Amino acid sequence: MRRRPNYLAGAASLAWLFIVGLPLYVLLAATVQTRSDYSKGGPLSWPENFTLENFTGAFDEGFGQYYLNTVIVTVAVVGIVLLLVPPLAYAIVRSRSRVTSLVFRLFLLGLAIPAQAVIVPMFYLISEAGLYDNLIGVILPTAAFCLPVSALVLSGAMRDISPELFEAMAMDGATPRRMFFQLVLPLSRGGISTIVVFSALQAWNGFLFPLVLTQSDSTKVITLGLYNFQTEHGINIPGLLAAVVLSMVPVLLVYLFARRALVQGLMGVGGK
Amino acid sequence: MTTQMTRASAPRTVTGKTSRPVRGTAADVGRPGFAWAVPATLFFALFAIAPLVMVAVLSFMNWNGLAEPEFVGLDNWKRVFDDPVMIQSIWLTLLLTFLGVALQTPLSILLGVWAAGKQRNRAVLSAIYFVPLLLSSTAVSVLWRALLDPNFGVPAQATWLFGDGNLFGAQSTAIGVLAFVSTWQFTPLHTLIYQGAARAIPEVLYQAAEIDGAGRFRQFFHITLPQLRNSIITSMILMVVGGLTTFETVLILTQGGPGTDTTISAYYMYQKAFKSFDFGAGAAIALVLVVAATIISLIVVRLSGYDKMRGTMEGMS
Repeated sequence: MRRRPNYLAGAASLAWLFIVGLPLYVLLAATVQTRSDYSKGGPLSWPENFTLENFTGAFDEGFGQYYLNTVIVTVAVVGIVLLLVPPLAYAIVRSRSRVTSLVFRLFLLGLAIPAQAVIVPMFYLISEAGLYDNLIGVILPTAAFCLPVSALVLSGAMRDISPELFEAMAMDGATPRRMFFQLVLPLSRGGISTIVVFSALQAWNGFLFPLVLTQSDSTKVITLGLYNFQTEHGINIPGLLAAVVLSMVPVLLVYLFARRALVQGLMGVGGK
Repeated sequence: MTTQMTRASAPRTVTGKTSRPVRGTAADVGRPGFAWAVPATLFFALFAIAPLVMVAVLSFMNWNGLAEPEFVGLDNWKRVFDDPVMIQSIWLTLLLTFLGVALQTPLSILLGVWAAGKQRNRAVLSAIYFVPLLLSSTAVSVLWRALLDPNFGVPAQATWLFGDGNLFGAQSTAIGVLAFVSTWQFTPLHTLIYQGAARAIPEVLYQAAEIDGAGRFRQFFHITLPQLRNSIITSMILMVVGGLTTFETVLILTQGGPGTDTTISAYYMYQKAFKSFDFGAGAAIALVLVVAATIISLIVVRLSGYDKMRGTMEGMS
């Protein structure tokens, strides 16, 4: 069926392209010019003398260490989520116990707990546990706050597994453990990659927990590094924007190579 | 009902074969017990539920972060609600949340429905629209702070549009910046939600409307919008929860200023607790946020039918 072009939506989409594209242009153009060129030409100028000094400058500011810290936090958070959520989702979907339906409700309510709400007692807990200014102290709460969405997404994926497959395995006398490893895990790979990307993004972009639970340079993550850079060298805009670009590189790579998983991971609840 | 009956009878034949002692009733064979959920639940209870209980307790205590907390009854609550900055922060939070919903909903529905078309150029453009989502809130705020810098940013170059160029100097423009930056950051996410939902609308509905002679606007309001109902609910709830918990944007773009003119509740809580070391008052403000977010989430669960899903899926899974 041929339909007339939709001019209103077309115009809105072009306007939006401008609103999104212009800052992205400034972001890329500014990072490859020298500070003096940028101050002279302003943000909308075309880069005259190409330079990479802003990127090397970011690493001189300690971005290498921040990168490493962020990678550690991200890997650990994803590891915890992968260890805890598949068995949880399996129980939510397959268990007949009343306890698991209570647990499911608990996690649904957990969706509503914003990190801001618990940051004060979290500071108390983590300090009492002697984990203040320690990456472990960032990892544990970050992982905990990934659980509700991950549980919801993965249990949704596991519900799609056909009941006949379970019945067939039950006929063969399979234990719940064998069904979990041989049936449930292989068939919920899509959901698992979604929760991996979701929790990796939460960890990579996390700001509030690191802000409140760490203080020294050796435990800084990238987002905190950006914030510090901004408060200390706010004038050095090309350097600052180079740091912004560096912070998004890994996410961009995931976007290029695993677009579907990234989109679903970003949407979290909304995607289901 | 029939599926339930066949299920119940199937494992019973298995019980005959297994030599191991079976826990629970026959229908539980081959089904995991609640033990599978225990590790995740304990972890979540320790790092999310326990702090939530503690925030309620701390809101009745005086604590400066160093000495032992001491019980002070309703003192924090009285102070918090006598504090004009706190009252203003609630209104500012609601205002920013409202502005976010009002700006992003029409825009993202329009863009999402447009992007749902199958033309090639739409796919390319959608890929560009998506880029803001790759940036963290911190990176987005830092980027816009640099772009809107009063001395080195765009406003300094375009004074004909921005006046004296200092958008962070007055309450109205500072609020405008915050609403705009959130819209810039989150519209792509909601566009994606609507794009997916719009693609799922059966083409037949439009064909039927076409035959009945319905124009584009009629089609949009009588087919597209009603079909997007669930997505609109989901997306609005995400916007409201996101709006209530906005933090980085305010911290990095305006620091709650000028003065306290953009000090929203989450930022005020952070300041009270971690700048003034008045953790009791911080906890009280946090509890206000939790109550607001919980009420909204209960509405989500109701409207989306997530709580009923278990019941209806019981016989099928």
